[in-house]
Amino acid sequence: MPTSPRSLFDKIWDAHGVADELLYIDLHLVHEVTSPQAFESLRLEGRKVRRPDRTLATADHNVPTDGSMIAAQIADHLSRVQVETLESNCAEFGVPVYSMGSDRQGIVHVIGPELGVTQPGMTIVCGDSHTSTHGALGALAFGIGTSEVEHVLATQTLQQRKPRSMRILYEGELGYGVTPKDLILGTIGRIGVAGGVGHVIEYAGPPIEAMTMEGRLTVCNMTIEAGGRAGMIAPDETTFEWVRGRPGAPEDFDDVVAEWRELRTDEGASFGDEYVIDAGEVSPQVTWGTNPAMVTGVTSSVPEPLSDGDRRALQYMALEPGMGIRDIKLDTVFIGSCTNSRIGDLREAAEVVKGRKVSPSLRAMVVPGSQQVAIEAEREGLDEVFKEAGFDWRSAGCSMCLGMNPDILQPGERCASTSNRNFEGRQGKGGRTHLVSPKMAAAAALEGHFVDIRDWS
Amino acid sequence: MEAVNKIEGGVSVVDRPDIDTDQIIPKQFLKRVERTGFGEFLFYDWKDDAGWDLPVNPILASGRNFGCGSSREHAPWALEDFGFKAVVAPSFADIFYSNCTKIGLLPVVLAEHEVAELMQVSEATIDLAEQEVHFAGRTYSFEIDREIKRRLLAGLDDIGVTLQSGEAIDAYEAERERRGPVTTAL
Repeated sequence: MPTSPRSLFDKIWDAHGVADELLYIDLHLVHEVTSPQAFESLRLEGRKVRRPDRTLATADHNVPTDGSMIAAQIADHLSRVQVETLESNCAEFGVPVYSMGSDRQGIVHVIGPELGVTQPGMTIVCGDSHTSTHGALGALAFGIGTSEVEHVLATQTLQQRKPRSMRILYEGELGYGVTPKDLILGTIGRIGVAGGVGHVIEYAGPPIEAMTMEGRLTVCNMTIEAGGRAGMIAPDETTFEWVRGRPGAPEDFDDVVAEWRELRTDEGASFGDEYVIDAGEVSPQVTWGTNPAMVTGVTSSVPEPLSDGDRRALQYMALEPGMGIRDIKLDTVFIGSCTNSRIGDLREAAEVVKGRKVSPSLRAMVVPGSQQVAIEAEREGLDEVFKEAGFDWRSAGCSMCLGMNPDILQPGERCASTSNRNFEGRQGKGGRTHLVSPKMAAAAALEGHFVDIRDWS
Repeated sequence: MEAVNKIEGGVSVVDRPDIDTDQIIPKQFLKRVERTGFGEFLFYDWKDDAGWDLPVNPILASGRNFGCGSSREHAPWALEDFGFKAVVAPSFADIFYSNCTKIGLLPVVLAEHEVAELMQVSEATIDLAEQEVHFAGRTYSFEIDREIKRRLLAGLDDIGVTLQSGEAIDAYEAERERRGPVTTAL
């Protein structure tokens, strides 16, 4: 009897059911902020890490980006203790860890795909909401809390009721100067910050198929900003070529790829919700408020507030309705984060910056997503391009995306950021964040205010 | 986890939609390696705002999409440590909702107008077994996953429950587990 058509999500879900609503986890990524209490509970209960060989840790949230090579160099006492605690927990429980000083250290969502341990068909979790990033390779990947981190460490499973499904089908193609970041920001603006709650979202259509793996990682990364449980994209040649040759890639690569080809959503599979979005309608996006759905095109103006939330956001952001987005002056530009810190992002930004100078009124920094990204960028001379322009070239970490390390905004500072959240105080108490693509951030750094990358030269 | 059943007492209100976990507990307080002591930092960047009034009560009523953003379980830890035993809102972000149920902080979904009414009263009773919220002579019922409810009512340890399926996990690993990647062999 033929089985009914299934989606990519259905296939991965079905392959990982251990028992009723108990899901097997193929890869558990761990970092220093959301794991110490989980390891401590294991210790108190006398439990082990069931599968250290399916667990991988790195230090990213707290690490300074000044080139410090060991935890002992972290000036902030609590940050230092947290990184040292990760290292000692991993040593005690046998979990491999790439901490400070390792040439594989970096933002957890950058290093997974980079090492090739993120692969199609897997279930991947991490105590971090941006775990949705890994879905770009055709995995089911989502963020969990510390209690669930402990549960996965102890059992390699998660208790999960199957979420609903949604497909976002893009048509057309991205216009000149419009990037995957703009596409996902525009999408969040349309469906709202709670539009994806309770859903696993599959992104599909020609613009997704034409997208690089790095672009897909950016799109899936921001799924959580629409409230989505996970974002995913069907694996294809782009995916297979990304994984090929990486340290974690399967040895019998061609045989495995044949299995991965079967993961695509079947014709006729049903989704709980479906949106169709014309990618050609999307322009370069800039957020104006305090959540990622408060977003508009760079050529428009700050909108009239429609709610108390909008009014509060405008007040926090110190913006007046009707003000042109391109007239917003900036104090800081941050290029980095698990959303946009991969080598492709840095290449795009460097292309804009090359031979030019950062506006004298502004500080600008580039934080590569991983040591491997930094090494590659330095090999290509991108670091010199940025430094000559007046950018600060930093070492890898989450950095100013959330400001747990010393890289923070001062109260009232206004920042163009390639990160994922413009929440109040996200980059530092009183700081004002505008989310943009790497190209838009780079151009804004040179001009001191937002510009439309499409007609800028 | 302690068992949850009836929650009775005062209602505190933060009437804003889309409250993210960065507001519930800002990042500078995530550096602790302990699970306790987060209550004093709850809504740290908002608590000095003019008109801010958040008394210690067992029940918090708030706006839709409560707990969006970061997965930090420190947010429910802070709410619980502050004194809340239940949060009532028209909707919750997924990870936050799940995190609450893991520590026995009861998330209750009521309709938008029901939450608005709750925000007007000083006291309420939440009955998990009956799935009802009572206040001012009114009763509203709420939905909750049957399995989550069972665990909350009994105060069960999730890991302990899962380990009862230990044989199923062993069997899965023996027969169906995906090959690699092996993180210890990179």
